Amino acid sequence: MRTSLRPAALALAALLVAACGAGASPTPASTVAPTAAPTVAPTAAPTAAPTPAPTATPDACAKENLTLVTPGKITIGTDNPAYSPYFLPRDGGNTPPWDTEYSGDPTTGTGFESAVAYAVADKLGFTKDEIAWVAVKFDNSYAPGPKSFDFYLAQVSYKPERAATADLSDGYYWLNQSLVAVGGTPIAAARTIADLKGYQFGAQAGTTSYDAIVNVIKPDKEPRVYDSNDAAIQALNNKQIDGLVVDLPTAFYVTAAQMDNGVIVGQFAPTGAEQEHFSLVLAKGSPLTACVNKALAAMTADGTLARITQEWMADKANAPLIQP
Amino acid sequence: MSAPSSHAGGPLDPGGRAGLLGPRGPRRAGEPSALRSTLVALVSTVVFFGIVGWIVVSSPGWPAVQVSFLSGKVFASSFPSIVRAFSVNVQLFLIAEVLILALGLAVAVLRSLPGPVLFPVRLLATAYVDVFRALPGVLVIYILGFGIPGLGLAGVPIEPFFYAVVALTLVYSAYVSEVYRAGIESVHPSQEAAARSLGLTRVQALRYVILPQAVRRVIPPLLNDFIGLQKDTVLVSYIGVVEIFRQSYIQQAGNFNFTPYLVTALVFVVVTLPLARLTDWLIARDKRRQAAGGVR
Repeated sequence: MRTSLRPAALALAALLVAACGAGASPTPASTVAPTAAPTVAPTAAPTAAPTPAPTATPDACAKENLTLVTPGKITIGTDNPAYSPYFLPRDGGNTPPWDTEYSGDPTTGTGFESAVAYAVADKLGFTKDEIAWVAVKFDNSYAPGPKSFDFYLAQVSYKPERAATADLSDGYYWLNQSLVAVGGTPIAAARTIADLKGYQFGAQAGTTSYDAIVNVIKPDKEPRVYDSNDAAIQALNNKQIDGLVVDLPTAFYVTAAQMDNGVIVGQFAPTGAEQEHFSLVLAKGSPLTACVNKALAAMTADGTLARITQEWMADKANAPLIQP
Repeated sequence: MSAPSSHAGGPLDPGGRAGLLGPRGPRRAGEPSALRSTLVALVSTVVFFGIVGWIVVSSPGWPAVQVSFLSGKVFASSFPSIVRAFSVNVQLFLIAEVLILALGLAVAVLRSLPGPVLFPVRLLATAYVDVFRALPGVLVIYILGFGIPGLGLAGVPIEPFFYAVVALTLVYSAYVSEVYRAGIESVHPSQEAAARSLGLTRVQALRYVILPQAVRRVIPPLLNDFIGLQKDTVLVSYIGVVEIFRQSYIQQAGNFNFTPYLVTALVFVVVTLPLARLTDWLIARDKRRQAAGGVR
């Protein structure tokens, strides 16, 4: 009777091979043409302003020419909860669905990323009333299928691998990873990466903070990974981990607001040639990508980005460097 | 094609007669030959999966899905780390399974003890089973994994792996004790009466007469729970253990690509399929043995 399974198994195997084999080829024959043209400059230098398109064609980035999720409005996505210092809560209660007690409110324009989002929208020609916010889980920001947002921002770091699935804009914030510990514990006195090898580290899953543990600290013990920074902080308080790695601005928030006795041990120098930066996330091949890059370049040129960064992040960029 | 009969075949039988999953009767006049059955099965399988495949491949989102879920490059790059992380799941379910088999049996026996004096024991055992069958496993893992180390008691372990084992043992022992109890109750009371009449004590009757029969009968459902346990080991990722599911999430978020989940799914299928086949085979063997001993 063994033969009876063969036809089905063969057909299944053939299908799987066909599907996976085709998946490996870089350019799938498809109706979605724009995937071929990369719209993100991989080097993402903050000062490099892209040269505008030839003047003969109508301005593709004019407000009326943009293809938007909701016509006439720009829809911006972010995570829920939205964390400080990127999104600050609204006095007197947040706008649903952002929880008043545990989240910031992106619709206020206060907090670094909220301010960046409003400035980008402003450069694209939208007034405050023409901006809609939508809560989108991080994973959904790059999952295939129609998007509920025009662009998305939630401390998403640029990685070349990521740019294969989604459009990632030029950078709007350059940052270092940092180490948070409980004050008075031995790890809090560490000054070099060599001092850190023997400790137990933790980070939020899917973050570049985790990458920093694996690639920069390279500890002896397997790092522990949590769904959220909140769960990781609980583990830190429980002494289940000795040190928590987060981006530096988050470290300031964690130690100031979420822990009783938290200290920033220090920050890590960038590993590669370029510093880690946050990018806006857009659908792969979105025509809007070139326009938000133009808006970011304009914000850099006229000092808007520097002013916003100064306003919200000035006191969140300094910590002792953990020596290699 | 074949007329419905009392032993008509299961889903894996191309001739429509029982085959792989049960006894196959002799070929009767008018029934198709084995070769023809196989050919028909081959054609219908190809046509069916062909149509399903065509619908998927011709859908508007297919190119995007293909890039996100079926990337050969991401498959190759994530495979080693995901398989390595699976060793954590293997350790977890092997350790937990041994504890579960012991604790589940103990609870089942306690629940089966007769006599008014032992009422509190039965009450406690029943309460345990009720509570832990009611609680979602992930909650037990969260509460134990973060709650008990949070107490800061000296000498209490803080290892998430330890709490993962404890939580899975508590949850699954509740299910498994019910399986055991069903087995114990399926043994006819006359068996105990006969054992007692031979001079065995109550405990001896349980140990040498009831339990051997009960346990043998419940091996297939126990294996079923073991398969469930294998899959639930991924829940411990919530308390910080980097096991297969967490590792595939790390790969997924690092690449913005869901292919690592496919790798994980494949690993589970490869590991679970033999167990599922073994369970079916045990059930079939059991049936044959019962049929051989009885009159139908």
